[in-house]
Amino acid sequence: MMKFATLLRKPPEWMLLDGPHRDIVITSRVRLARNLDGPAFPGFAKKEDRTTVMQELQPVVEGLPEMKDGFSEDLGGLDAIRKQVLVEKHLISREQAAKSGGSAAVINRDQSLSIMINEEDHLRMQSIRSGLDLRVAYAALDRVDEELDGLVKFAFHPRFGYLTACPTNLGTGMRASAMLHLPGLVLSEQVNQVIAAVNKIGLAVRGLYGEGTEALANLFQISNQHTLGEREPEIIARLERVIEQIINHERNARRKLVEDQPHKVLDHVGRAYAALRYAHILESKEALTQLSMLRLGSDLGILPSDLGRTIDTLLVEIQPAHLQINSQRKLGPEERDVLRAETLRQRLAGVPEPRPESLQPPVDPEPPVI
Amino acid sequence: MQCDVCKQNKATVFLTQIEKGKMQKVNLCETCAHAKGVADPKGFALVEMLHGFGHGEKVATQPQERTCPNCGMTQTTFRKTGRLGCGACYQTFGEGMDQLLKAMHKGVRHTGRVPAWAKVVGRDNGRVEDLRVRLEEAVAAERYEEAGRLRDEIRQLTPPETAV
Repeated sequence: MMKFATLLRKPPEWMLLDGPHRDIVITSRVRLARNLDGPAFPGFAKKEDRTTVMQELQPVVEGLPEMKDGFSEDLGGLDAIRKQVLVEKHLISREQAAKSGGSAAVINRDQSLSIMINEEDHLRMQSIRSGLDLRVAYAALDRVDEELDGLVKFAFHPRFGYLTACPTNLGTGMRASAMLHLPGLVLSEQVNQVIAAVNKIGLAVRGLYGEGTEALANLFQISNQHTLGEREPEIIARLERVIEQIINHERNARRKLVEDQPHKVLDHVGRAYAALRYAHILESKEALTQLSMLRLGSDLGILPSDLGRTIDTLLVEIQPAHLQINSQRKLGPEERDVLRAETLRQRLAGVPEPRPESLQPPVDPEPPVI
Repeated sequence: MQCDVCKQNKATVFLTQIEKGKMQKVNLCETCAHAKGVADPKGFALVEMLHGFGHGEKVATQPQERTCPNCGMTQTTFRKTGRLGCGACYQTFGEGMDQLLKAMHKGVRHTGRVPAWAKVVGRDNGRVEDLRVRLEEAVAAERYEEAGRLRDEIRQLTPPETAV
């Protein structure tokens, strides 16, 4: 099995790949909620029953071919910082990090699949891919679901579908989402309109770390709200269509900014470059905002095009738990801000100055073949 | 944390209220919470509303509380938390579930993936149950022609019962 140190050191597969629309869509994620037929759901089960379920499920999940040489740990065996690192890497939920014994996380070697045991449901399985790639993310998860279906008996009702602790997940138990970087829509003050429109058609928009979190770094998570009444491929197709629309809006907004307000764009990118290269104290929120502007600069040709990947890595690495685990001790907020600025200065040391003359509007990718 | 009212007992009830845009937080012990009426089921109007139980007649307390025979979850706890205790709870609290699901989802019937065991056991994938629900709906809406058609379909799919 993989050690925590390896998990921490090894970048996840999605960070190394360039999925479709990678300039705007950072990741696509799909999760499935499943429960065993019979035992009470984790939130209501007695501690010993919860432990029994975990002892039954953990070896089964570890034994899946996808999980070979993966990471598997009882949450009781991880300290608060290590749990928070897994949250910052989007491998477990904040809700699960709050739990201790009787709950486990199993993560595959390339960190594209993570399975939480005894979160809100007995099983919460997640698949994560680079760019807009929901179908592939779902296909990978569907295989895991199929394999587990042959090994355990899932709670299911012919009319309600897969039974979950919260009725909002009932039916398919599936939540598909994409993380979108929308600086163009934010700078041109159109993002609230887009969010309102997306909400109206039954999709949810959330911040960087899910429900109730702020949209830091101009990152927005868009997901389906309904899980019952539609088949899995239908839910994914609908979500994908909407996301493609938003991508178009974002490209248009960027194009318009470059044409009408080039100085505003150059100013934002230039300030971000200066702050990230030369600041000595950086709060998390400012660092994230500046990284977003740097990524925009890279997308618009002012900065090297391969910078995007470094920035996506940094978005995770400058989070509090990652800073603390790398420095091997607990740090106060002020110490973290100093260390964050230091990390950013080091990691971005080789980045050449922005080149205003290279500013170019986004190019639309090849039109899809119909 | 101490109770804000009696300043003696440990606070176990944490109430957050927003009035005229200002957030107020009160921490109460169980006794004071009862005395202030916070524990009154009507105080949980918000959760009930969110889960579609906001209509008067559903909230009326039943003399005998419905409890899940499999896990012991009670109707009150379900309403308060919005979470079910186990799979069997969906049978136990099935009444009124449709109303709740209609507000939350695209439909009230699952059309997606089915686990292997349900395919074998159900054989028809819950088709008969599905038709029965639609029949009830058709009767309730006085769409008798459709109801008749559904009844015939159900008859065709269910084996004739042996006479007792």
